[in-house]
Amino acid sequence: MPKPGLDKVDRIYEKDVAVLEGMDISGHWNRMFEQRVVWDYSTDVLERITGLPGGESLGWCYQCGKCVPVCPVDVVGDYGPRKVYRKAQLGIDLLRDPDLWLCTTCMNCLRVCPKEVNMIEIMPAAREVAVQEGRVPPELQKVFENTARYGNPMGESPRKRAEWVKEAGVPVTVLPLDPRPVDVLWYVGSYPSYHPRGKDAARAMARVFHALGVDYGILGHEEKEDGDSIRLAGEKGLFEVLAEANIRTFRKYTFNRIVVTGPHEYNAFKNFYPRYGGSFDVLHYTQFLAPFLPRLREMFVKELPYTVTFHDPCYLGRHHGEYDAPRRLLQAIPGLRLVEMPRCRENGYCCGGGGGGMWLDGFSRDYLRERLSDRRVREAVETGAEILAVCCPYEVSRFEDSVKATGNDGKLVVRDIIELLDEALGSPRAT
Amino acid sequence: MHVVVVGKLVPDLVEDLEVDASGRGLDRQFLKLVLNEFDEHALEEAVLLKEAHGARVTVLAPEAEGVDDALYTALAKGADRAMKLVGLGEAPSSRQIAAALASALPSLGFDLVLTGVQAADDLDGQVGMLLAGYLGLPHVGVVTGVELDPDGSRARVRKEYPGGWLAELEVQLPAVLGIQAAKQPPRYVPVSRVRQAMKEHTLEELSAEPVPVPRLSVRRLSKPEAAGRAEFLDGSPQEVAAQLVSILVERGLVR
Amino acid sequence: MAAQEVEVAVSGDVLVVAERFGGEWTEVTFELLAAGREVAQGLGGTLSVAALGRGTTDQVKALGAADVVLYADAPELEAFVPEVHLRVLEAVVRSRQPRAVLVANTSTGMDLAAPLAARLGVPCVAYCRRVWVEDGTVVAHSQVYGGKLVAEVALEGPGVLALVAGSYPAEAGRGTGSPAVERIPLPALEGLHSRFLRLIEPEAADVDITREEILVAVGRGIGDRENLGLAEELAEALGGAVCASRPLVDNGWLPKNRQVGKSGLTVKPKLYLAAGISGAPEHLEGMRSAELIVAINTDPKAPIFDVAHYGVVGDVLEILPALTEEVRRRKGEG
Repeated sequence: MPKPGLDKVDRIYEKDVAVLEGMDISGHWNRMFEQRVVWDYSTDVLERITGLPGGESLGWCYQCGKCVPVCPVDVVGDYGPRKVYRKAQLGIDLLRDPDLWLCTTCMNCLRVCPKEVNMIEIMPAAREVAVQEGRVPPELQKVFENTARYGNPMGESPRKRAEWVKEAGVPVTVLPLDPRPVDVLWYVGSYPSYHPRGKDAARAMARVFHALGVDYGILGHEEKEDGDSIRLAGEKGLFEVLAEANIRTFRKYTFNRIVVTGPHEYNAFKNFYPRYGGSFDVLHYTQFLAPFLPRLREMFVKELPYTVTFHDPCYLGRHHGEYDAPRRLLQAIPGLRLVEMPRCRENGYCCGGGGGGMWLDGFSRDYLRERLSDRRVREAVETGAEILAVCCPYEVSRFEDSVKATGNDGKLVVRDIIELLDEALGSPRAT
Repeated sequence: MHVVVVGKLVPDLVEDLEVDASGRGLDRQFLKLVLNEFDEHALEEAVLLKEAHGARVTVLAPEAEGVDDALYTALAKGADRAMKLVGLGEAPSSRQIAAALASALPSLGFDLVLTGVQAADDLDGQVGMLLAGYLGLPHVGVVTGVELDPDGSRARVRKEYPGGWLAELEVQLPAVLGIQAAKQPPRYVPVSRVRQAMKEHTLEELSAEPVPVPRLSVRRLSKPEAAGRAEFLDGSPQEVAAQLVSILVERGLVR
Repeated sequence: MAAQEVEVAVSGDVLVVAERFGGEWTEVTFELLAAGREVAQGLGGTLSVAALGRGTTDQVKALGAADVVLYADAPELEAFVPEVHLRVLEAVVRSRQPRAVLVANTSTGMDLAAPLAARLGVPCVAYCRRVWVEDGTVVAHSQVYGGKLVAEVALEGPGVLALVAGSYPAEAGRGTGSPAVERIPLPALEGLHSRFLRLIEPEAADVDITREEILVAVGRGIGDRENLGLAEELAEALGGAVCASRPLVDNGWLPKNRQVGKSGLTVKPKLYLAAGISGAPEHLEGMRSAELIVAINTDPKAPIFDVAHYGVVGDVLEILPALTEEVRRRKGEG
């Protein structure tokens, strides 16, 4: 039995006497080596992933390494897309490796990958197998259970989903109570419905819509989590249940388009709900509001003399190519100065919340030097901005926590773009 | 080895509970029912016993809104049979459930009954412990782990006491155990597997003869008094902190 | 052996079931005696206490708040075995026929109350917080639905009541009277189906939260595990220790010996600062007798505010650091 790795050559061919076209070319130069068959590594592990629907592209990786420097997780840890392939090659099973839960599906690797190795498809496919086999990090399991039972990841009462409305200060049409035809169905989302800071944004949105005379309604207790991050975290069955339920609810009402607060539901409704029979016109709220800019400019009554930097949500920017609408809104606010972080737009850094990362902070803590949101907050502080503007409901809570964790309390404030618009419109409730 | 898990659906405490017009019962109009969380642990322990010893697991719960989902989920988690206890009407008391089971269970045959140690609506006692009393079977409550003898005649159980003390007891089977916590947290079962269980299994029904039992007369059901006994401090976090620390200083707790 | 229902003659007597652990009467025993005395007075009957264990002969004096101590002192009763204790207790109740049996709603008492009631064919009331007598009827307040509602229940005839620990002052049950003491005959203890094997000690604690004067208690509201540091910093500034409610211990964030409540420890510190704890009855049981209770919670309706002296409606993640800073500042001044 040859020792793996040592017997580099299986067989050597060398003719004692070699004559070519009458010329004697005997000598070491006619020596040939039979190529070694690499048998000391099993490809089973790799093939298990590439054999999954959605996992195929992992096999295309040729280890060029372009993905590593752009991977936001690699910046603060030891995970990198290239390594996923390499580790599989070495027999390390992704399905049982922490790497499985570290990818935030931010898509920056796919942007630079010459081979189109698509982690946005590989990761959910692999995670789905782990979930089926019962290996789910406990904090994520809790989120699955909560979402299945209550329709939101926090496990809050579905009946209280529209309680924020009471303090909005403007009338809000709750369609189950007042099922009239509306122009816009505003899908509020779970965090804006329940998280204290998310609710601030929801109320600001209601006030801005009201000021603009938008004809809109919300779904109240009938709205359920969109499920996109649940799907990316590997619970596809639950995503399907949520999609079917939401589509049934959407169909009950008459509207022209859906406007969403968050980029994740944008992704769900635009790219995935159609597969379950629910095709709707959908806009992120920044896209919906941008055409109102001429009117908004006339309506702004308050100068906001703030230096603001903007964090591109992965699922609005890279995933859907929308970089301008949020910036146009910010730049229209009187007095506001927008400064960019070095990593922005196509190369924007990830907050760590996507692809289920929102519910894996406890798990990933053991594998990261710092949270992605901590790193991003440091980058925001370095620009000299006093406000970090966001437009994804995951981000306010993540970044606010990171502002405290990195000791930047008092230096940087995290605010949703809609809150800034609300303030510029002179809302007495905006802070 | 036949393990019977007895569960019941209870009002979900995430929702606000309201008292009905009579003032003596729950307003059940908007009530959301969920499987009692301790019953989830009983089920988990039963499935662990199945995995370790090849036990057969039957899950049983009185009919209620949502019971089908709970039973299919139990099947997806590894239970072999799931049965609805029918004939007790809406929201039977623990005593009614226990008395009905005491007459129905023997025909089913069992070696071990696992129930949750308690449930939020156990006004008139815990189902498992009442059942043990009716059947005259050995019982242990507040159990946090069950091991079975290889021959299946006895179980070794850990009972929890305050402060982290545990007692180890041995019970001959058949016996009734009230589970506080399974050896591991209840597992997650993906929705697709629950859907599969719905296709592959049918729920059975176990008819219960309503047995006359002592009933409690509830005179009044109300929200606890003394709500708002605390004196509330208002202001920004810094203002609240200043007020609180002043109180602590006054009391000599901060020096 | 199936349950046999018997006609229980209606007396006005009350029987309290004393609870033992580690060869001592537990605190709740005296709470039961305090409650039992009130009920016996209301009914105009006598208060008896069933004291089962080993080595009880020399310890009956401590139960002097009762009129009658019915004790058994036998090696078979040394450790708690539900089947054995239930059998002895059932014999006592059948022979004495009390109007009300008071049992603790604890790990021990829960294995006795409901089975006893089932065997006797009398009603059982679980989770009692108060028991009293109105016109000859025993009335109880039972906390149901996780303490969200209170049921007022009337018992026309005899019944078993399970009393939540911490509901009555133990001091009131530490009488030093001279009760009649009777040794009860043990029923046949053969054909038993269960036995005690051993007691497993909790793992040695780095901190004994029952001895700390200041406790910062954290619950689900703390959110992430990494936020525990905020509580630790405050505890350090105050010179106290961190403890937790059950969910956090179940999550493995803190060891079992830091858990306050029914299945954890009972604490009576000078200051109990509950951060992000909603106040399930199982938790309140372990801390309601703290001298000063301060609660921080986002939900103004959280039951913890019912037992707290001072309440703050807000986010613990903001208030804890502010408190730490303020404590440090004041200490710096002093």
